[in-house]
Amino acid sequence: MPRTHEPEDGWGAIIVRFRLYVAGNMPNSRRAVANLRKFCIDHIAGRYTLEIIDVYEVPERALEDKVMLTPLLSVETPHGIKRIAGDLSDRASLAAAIDAGSLG
Amino acid sequence: MRKTATGIRGFDDLASGGLPEGQTTLVSGAAGAGKTVFALETLVHGARDLGEPGIFVCFEEDPAHLQRSALSFDWGLDAIPETDLWFLDAQSDLDMGRSGNVDISGLLAVLQAKVLQMGAKRIVFDAVDMLLREIADPNIVRREVYRLRDWLLKMKLTAIITAKVFNTTSAQSGQPSMEFIEFMVDCSILMGHQILEGVFQRNLRITKYRGSPHQENETPFVVGAKGIDVAFMHGMEKPHASVSSERLSTGHGQLDDMLNGGYIRGASILMTGYPGTAKTTFCAYFLLAACLRGEKSLFVSFVSREDEIVRNLQSVSIDLQPHIDSGLLRMVSTRALRGSAETHMLMIRTLAHEHGATCVVTDPLSALSQSGSPTINGPYVAERLIDWAKSEGITVMCTSRLDDAEGADEASPTQISTIADTWIHLSYDLALGERNRRFSIIKSRGTSHTNQLREFVLSDQGVTFRDVYVGAGEMLVGSQRWGRERSDELALREQEAAADRETARLNGDISKLEGGIALLMAQLETKRAEAATLTERTDEQVSDTEQTRDKMRDLRGG
Repeated sequence: MPRTHEPEDGWGAIIVRFRLYVAGNMPNSRRAVANLRKFCIDHIAGRYTLEIIDVYEVPERALEDKVMLTPLLSVETPHGIKRIAGDLSDRASLAAAIDAGSLG
Repeated sequence: MRKTATGIRGFDDLASGGLPEGQTTLVSGAAGAGKTVFALETLVHGARDLGEPGIFVCFEEDPAHLQRSALSFDWGLDAIPETDLWFLDAQSDLDMGRSGNVDISGLLAVLQAKVLQMGAKRIVFDAVDMLLREIADPNIVRREVYRLRDWLLKMKLTAIITAKVFNTTSAQSGQPSMEFIEFMVDCSILMGHQILEGVFQRNLRITKYRGSPHQENETPFVVGAKGIDVAFMHGMEKPHASVSSERLSTGHGQLDDMLNGGYIRGASILMTGYPGTAKTTFCAYFLLAACLRGEKSLFVSFVSREDEIVRNLQSVSIDLQPHIDSGLLRMVSTRALRGSAETHMLMIRTLAHEHGATCVVTDPLSALSQSGSPTINGPYVAERLIDWAKSEGITVMCTSRLDDAEGADEASPTQISTIADTWIHLSYDLALGERNRRFSIIKSRGTSHTNQLREFVLSDQGVTFRDVYVGAGEMLVGSQRWGRERSDELALREQEAAADRETARLNGDISKLEGGIALLMAQLETKRAEAATLTERTDEQVSDTEQTRDKMRDLRGG
């Protein structure tokens, strides 16, 4: 759920915090990791953080964070969190999610 | 293939044992059909009764809300610990975006951990159509459903997947097609409802059950306080409570004599008759006897209110009130209009169970047949009631009105009368401008019974049977009987009077003769006396003469 708040301290140069939930070595998950990495290098190098969580290894995190579909990308910007499910092959929606956050 | 019980009344019988163990069952139906209740009840039964922990995955409803609603069933849901029954909130996140291909690995990872942790044996995916809608792409949907199925098989879980079906085709409504799921599962159940003649009736149908013979017909069910109750009548396979030979008093001494002691315990008694023929009175006698034995009994009336019934019976010297007050007798009245035959059937069973009744009266049973869908469920429901009572060892008495009056062909077998053990028919005999009450035992299994009609009188003292009157080879009742009795009596008196007269006359003759004899005897005596006197005198004369001669000789002598 998006929550809006004023940019808090600690963001600085970072404009987005990614948390990517993957399902081990599943094809979709591999693609998601690859796609995200490429996107970040291409567009927001040095301005993001990335945490990768394997739902198979830490299922309790998946439960806690309500991760039913994988891969699941949580995009946290100073203005809120947006979640995207899928292998991130659609760059447009990924960009939109980040932009929507950073525009605030 | 092994089966595992759902614990749902009637269903396990319908499915000859339950659901396929370790396999997936699809339960589909429109919204509100009862899919969630079915699935949840199965899970609860496993967790609470069979030591099989279960997981309930909610795709549509908030689990907390579901659990709160489910408290209205008396399953003891809140007493089941989370380690035995666990709910997962898998509702879709409406704000979530999509980018490319997804799979359900996250879900399976979470579930896998839980299954291993709990040792879960059963699992439900409720409203899986919501998940599939979220996935959207039909190819992905198909792939993920197979992934799910494979996972379930691997984990050896007995699973229920519920899904809504819609009337429109999936293409029109935009819903993912469910048909392939049907092909994929081993067992498929369709739940629905219909409205027949204004009455709402739920039903379900096992549309598929691989490797198992199953009932293919639509079977009615109700949702009551105990959950789902499926109206399945299990023919003759199910063993009834052991056959008893104990006799229960009918509540009326004369009737007990007619029935070799009374009704057999666990038997079914059908009492038919036109309205006003005293059916309820005989039911009351039966209940009275039960209460006097200290047994709990139940009276369900579809006709009158409890207080009216009690009052009416009091006018014929049957007082049920003290037994109602003591708690032995439970009286319930309801109108048959308000629900389906199945609903009433369920109500009767529930009431009987709650009360612990061993004797049950339904007045009239025909109310069940007339409500609901008469053409399909009517007599079927009645048979089930009697079947149920027998399996519980409950002695059940049902009344039934006849649609036609006097002269009804008692020999024509209605469905109910065929299976009832005892069939008593009450009627009026119309003759000489008056009605006389008749009581007839048409049949009574296990009892040699009088074949005769018995006349009875219903007064403020209750029922009194009259002795059978057989005059000149025909049985008479009522004033015909009275008339004939009377004329017979008169004839007898006439005979006696005539005999008296005759006796008197003979006595007169005898007297006369005796008198005559006496007279002759007197004359005889007189004559004899005369004769005796004459002889005496003659003797005297002779002796006199001799004496004189002797004397003269003496004087002349000389």
